[in-house]
Amino acid sequence: MKGIQLHRLVAFAIAAASVMAMTACGSTSTGGVTTKQPPTAGIKPPTSVAATGEGALDLIDWGGYVQTLWQKPFEDATGCKIHYQDAGSSDEMVSLMTGGGGGNWDMVSASGDADLRLIYNGSVKPMNMDLIPDWKNFGDKFKSPPFNTINGVHYGVSLQWGPNTLLYNTDKFPTAPTTWGVLYDPQYSGLITIPDNPIQIADAALYLSVKNPSLKITDPYELTQKQFDAVVTLLKTQKSYVKKYWAAVSDEESLFKSGDVVLGAAWPIMTSDLHLAGAHTADTIPSEGATGWADTWMLATNAPHPNCAYKWAAWISTAKVQAEQAINYGETPVNTKACAEMESLSPGSCAAYHANAPETYFNSIKFWKTPISTCDDGSENCMTYAQWQSAWTTIKG
Amino acid sequence: MLLLALPLGWFVVIYLASLVLLLITSFWSIDAFTTEIVQVWNLDNFQTILTNETYRTIIFRTVWMAARVTLIDAAIAFPFAYFMARVASRRTQTLLFAAVLLPLWASYLARLYSWILILNHSGVLNWSMQSIGLPAPNIGYSETAMLVVFCYIWLPFMIIPTYAAMERVPESLIEAAHDLGARGWRTTLDVVLPLAMPGVVAGSIFTFSLTLGDYITPILIGPGTSFIGNVVYSNIGIANNVPFAAALATVPVAIMAVYLLVARRLGAFEAL
Repeated sequence: MKGIQLHRLVAFAIAAASVMAMTACGSTSTGGVTTKQPPTAGIKPPTSVAATGEGALDLIDWGGYVQTLWQKPFEDATGCKIHYQDAGSSDEMVSLMTGGGGGNWDMVSASGDADLRLIYNGSVKPMNMDLIPDWKNFGDKFKSPPFNTINGVHYGVSLQWGPNTLLYNTDKFPTAPTTWGVLYDPQYSGLITIPDNPIQIADAALYLSVKNPSLKITDPYELTQKQFDAVVTLLKTQKSYVKKYWAAVSDEESLFKSGDVVLGAAWPIMTSDLHLAGAHTADTIPSEGATGWADTWMLATNAPHPNCAYKWAAWISTAKVQAEQAINYGETPVNTKACAEMESLSPGSCAAYHANAPETYFNSIKFWKTPISTCDDGSENCMTYAQWQSAWTTIKG
Repeated sequence: MLLLALPLGWFVVIYLASLVLLLITSFWSIDAFTTEIVQVWNLDNFQTILTNETYRTIIFRTVWMAARVTLIDAAIAFPFAYFMARVASRRTQTLLFAAVLLPLWASYLARLYSWILILNHSGVLNWSMQSIGLPAPNIGYSETAMLVVFCYIWLPFMIIPTYAAMERVPESLIEAAHDLGARGWRTTLDVVLPLAMPGVVAGSIFTFSLTLGDYITPILIGPGTSFIGNVVYSNIGIANNVPFAAALATVPVAIMAVYLLVARRLGAFEAL
């Protein structure tokens, strides 16, 4: 039954999208191509937030995204008591949010690899950025990023982001490696660690987009069968060089501490942890650029406490809270005003987490987004996330 | 009657019903994009498992590991249990029992992490081998590391049933063997071993099934290669493909069903 309804829904969405493309020229296009309209696109977001909230707020977050430091002042100021659940993976977030949050959840701090799935299965609904005073202070890249804004409609408020870096042992590499190629080099066989995550396919695609221009990879998340096969072949070769596919942050940190590996795909938080532990490591973004993640607070379609949700989204976007979360978690705030706050909390942190980095730095980062069948040119030839996942199982063996 | 009905009802509803649901789900599939379950009957999941090289390799790797762990644990447990049951004094016996059971009090994860410290590059194993002039074995994060750790973790589950069976071998039979001129070694092989065998088989049910279902040791100790449990976990946790996970989860269920039938033939259930 569900299957039939779904097909109808998709057919309807496509029909709706093509009608809109014909009538409303230009306004619904991103990069010159019209994107499918999500099922909740027609829901009008509120134009104002009530002065008093509903007294409660139910959140699904990444562990550490709701902390007493900024939760307590929020509850005191708004009277919205927060109840939250830490999710273990993007997919857990997607399944908890099914059915618009089921009337149980108000918001989710989803990452780019889950955002489009949440948007297109109708779990989240449009939000009004006029109700988020700090939105105008966001970095330009994060006001309407393609992972949470479709056809100019916002499905959430950008939160924080970070790059996926190349971590290396400074004894083995006195100067930073300049290419991701070191991770595919038999010379370092047995000394490499890679995240155990299908989205890692994008990292290999990014490397191949520069290494092998004849493949014409323009977006590492939109791969045709031929491009995908080339990437999977590269990753299968890499498998024999990999000491360990890491599952948790602590895995990679102990591999570097013990000297089991000298190179790894990593997150900035590891660099700072290892630095504190006295390990001889540093990170770099090689010449090919890097992939990155960016999180967004999204509003459930059936959110029971929408006023508290808007109050939370506004609160978490303020420079002070953005700075607190960035330093706590080791990530970069989207609010450009947060840099000064970070400096006052912990001198040097603004530069360390690239919160003041120039436009060129952002442009070198390809943010995680859900691989879907629609390519950038509008054709349906791209590989879906499910195909990425099963390919990843084949790669690891 | 009521006393029996409650636990029995619990068993049927909670345990058997969920197994049946698992089996039913495995015949469905998911919508590739929204990952919602599509309730259309098909055999695609099973076909993928049987025809895809990767899944066959993973199933074989898991079963092969379980078999090796079982054999090695049996080889270690047999002489150990023999000593405990027939040679050691009462006092030593108690001490050995404590030694076998004590590790079970510590968390499984704590024991895995201590093995990482032993086996990794700068770990105790490499360090001690090098300090006596031998080459460093360097087995951290490898298949061998997993084998060592699995054997260690499940060893008590082999020793205890073997010991129980060994202790039940009547003294009179052994005396009779001696009276008939059999020496110690001959008695062990022809009298003790056959009588203790059901205990070893009972223990092997534990070591085999526990290895078959484990997915944490491969994540932490291994190089990241998958066991059946890891693929099930990643299909539920990462891909949200519950039907495929269900189909793959029926593989160990089927393997264990066969294993238990054979074990029953060998008299393992009387030894439990």
